[in-house]
Amino acid sequence: MKTRLFVAAMAAGVLGLSATTQAQIKIGAILSISGPAAAMGVGYKGAFDFFPSEIAGQKVEYIIRDDATDANTAFTIAQKMISEDHVDAFIGPSLAASDAAVAPLANQAHVPMIAMAPYEYDPAKQPYTFNDAQPLSLMVTAVFKYMRQHDVKDIGYIGFSDGWGDQVLAATKTSAQADGMSILADERYARTDTSVEAQALKLMSVHPQAIMMGNSATPAALPVVALRHRGFKGGIYGNHGIVSPAFIKVGGAAAEGVIAVTSPVVVYDQLADDNAVKPVAAAFMQQYTKQFGPQSVNPFAGYSYDAILLLNNAIPVALQTAKPGTEQFRMALRDALEKTHELVGVSGVYSMSPTNHNGQDARAAVLVQVSDGAWRAIH
Amino acid sequence: MDLFVFLALLQDGITTGAIYLLLAIGLLIVFSVTRVIFVPQGDLLAFGTLTAGALQSGQLPGTLWLLDAVSAMALVASLSGGRRVALRGVLIWGVYPLAVTAAALILAPRQMPAVSILLALAIVTPMGPLIWRFAFRPVADASVLALLIVAMALHFVLIGLGLVFFGPEEATAPALTDGSFDLGVVNVSGQSLAVLLCCATLVLGLRWFFGATIHGKVLRAAASDRLGARLVGIDAAASGALAFGLASFIAALAGVLIGAVTPLSYDAGFDIGLKGFVAAIMGGLISYPMAAGGALLVGVLESLGSFWASAYREVIVFTLLIPILVWLSLRSGSPEDRA
Repeated sequence: MKTRLFVAAMAAGVLGLSATTQAQIKIGAILSISGPAAAMGVGYKGAFDFFPSEIAGQKVEYIIRDDATDANTAFTIAQKMISEDHVDAFIGPSLAASDAAVAPLANQAHVPMIAMAPYEYDPAKQPYTFNDAQPLSLMVTAVFKYMRQHDVKDIGYIGFSDGWGDQVLAATKTSAQADGMSILADERYARTDTSVEAQALKLMSVHPQAIMMGNSATPAALPVVALRHRGFKGGIYGNHGIVSPAFIKVGGAAAEGVIAVTSPVVVYDQLADDNAVKPVAAAFMQQYTKQFGPQSVNPFAGYSYDAILLLNNAIPVALQTAKPGTEQFRMALRDALEKTHELVGVSGVYSMSPTNHNGQDARAAVLVQVSDGAWRAIH
Repeated sequence: MDLFVFLALLQDGITTGAIYLLLAIGLLIVFSVTRVIFVPQGDLLAFGTLTAGALQSGQLPGTLWLLDAVSAMALVASLSGGRRVALRGVLIWGVYPLAVTAAALILAPRQMPAVSILLALAIVTPMGPLIWRFAFRPVADASVLALLIVAMALHFVLIGLGLVFFGPEEATAPALTDGSFDLGVVNVSGQSLAVLLCCATLVLGLRWFFGATIHGKVLRAAASDRLGARLVGIDAAASGALAFGLASFIAALAGVLIGAVTPLSYDAGFDIGLKGFVAAIMGGLISYPMAAGGALLVGVLESLGSFWASAYREVIVFTLLIPILVWLSLRSGSPEDRA
């Protein structure tokens, strides 16, 4: 095996590695495959079926572990991956709380990690942490751009009474201020609430032109149904947490016309032809849906896939300075990741810098609208 | 706030309160007969919603297999008893689950709303007596605190099973009706009327059950004086099973009712159950009319609180409850003293 690999490498003449090298790149993936975030974890994990087994002539070993939607478990797994498996990079964790737990470990051990949840961090303090999921502000800004184009001046806000509701509100406030809009009401409800009639009445009483929603999944349909039932005629806007067939199923006729934002890969087949992401996203999702069925389209597989695209782009550069399994290699990999320039992924286009370890721009957000019972891209 | 808004809030609050009322009744029945604070009732509520939802989408719910498995255990346990016990065991824990399973296998693919709801009720209702049989009957004489701890443990077990059976996503139960009509200035949805009708029917039905039937009277006797009831030959185990059966039926019913308007996930039941518990506490865990008043009060407070300051709704509701609870406990002492 050793000789065959060696012969192959020499024959290709790619890297000119020494004959004793049997280096193998090890990538540790921490995903929430079970537990409450399992529905997303399935998507994150599915993409691994399409990962390359070799990058720049080096064999790549993927070690996939499940944190069971628990940050403590993620921490333990990361420790083990660093000290026993000697991984060269982390893909994930896929859960924001787990990202927060693993990031300090990864930075201490100088292991580059590509977090896959919209996790807030400071590249100056955590130079080894990268992130390939759209920051909330990027998504909300895209929605507000649309509102501004349609002369929306004042909005009412309704969101979950939890961290997600707070985060979307914060992004909404920033965007509204930038666009000179006013937020007339801030209403909250819990995911388990059985009624949002009162909040809908309150929103109606201040007469906003449009509603911005800070909720997610199927409970997001609740205020939409209540508002339309009470006769609200204005536009209803949401974040990317609501873009799923289940939202439309629960919302029914009331969901028609709701506008939200999502990752390009979710509407890969409806993107404009000049969209840079389209060919990459379509190629990936066609493969993915062929294996997992037409209903399996989701944004999360895209984050996994973009993580390997980023690594695939950076690893050949890092290999020029050091061998996998060494600290020098990991540091070189980090430096190479930071120099990523205009890399087209399935969730957007990445251009990293020392101050920006996400690197996405407006091309990572696509507006979608419910029309005839399905989410359709707005061009 | 104008009159229209107030009436709309009141209607909404009463509908929500009716659900809490159902749960409060279930908690009261179980506590008065067995001294168990039935925490997993909320989880059975979620089971009700999710089971109906799964059946409506043509799938067989995991709760069905749970029913079959635990029933088989109960069947085996009852065979070791006397002949009458064994015969009843075969009927209840052998024939019944088989009939329900057969019905589900045949009817689930047709995806009829009314059938899904009835099947969900048939599947979830026996969970109560089964929980009593295996979790509480062996420790029936333990202290209220020990029983509460068992109930908490069961809550976690049921949440775990819920996640395994139904996954982490929310589901809805099929709606009985999607119509709505105008009542004066207020537009009332058909589903909220269905909730109120079911609630009223159940309250009247229970009143008749406790007042006129022998089983109801047995429960009342067991509730008012456990030892006395036993001395006159009332079977404590059977009355416990009956109380748990009523509570789980009520929970499943509440589940299919609210599940039609609100998508629920496997762990959503606890929060709803907690409100029912608050209402039951307002009735001192003993008075049905006061618990009913409490449930409606919590519902209306929630609705008004959501309107005034939705982010602080829970704070408003629970803060207003504190003085009421203080007054109740000063007036009557703790429920444990009476139990």
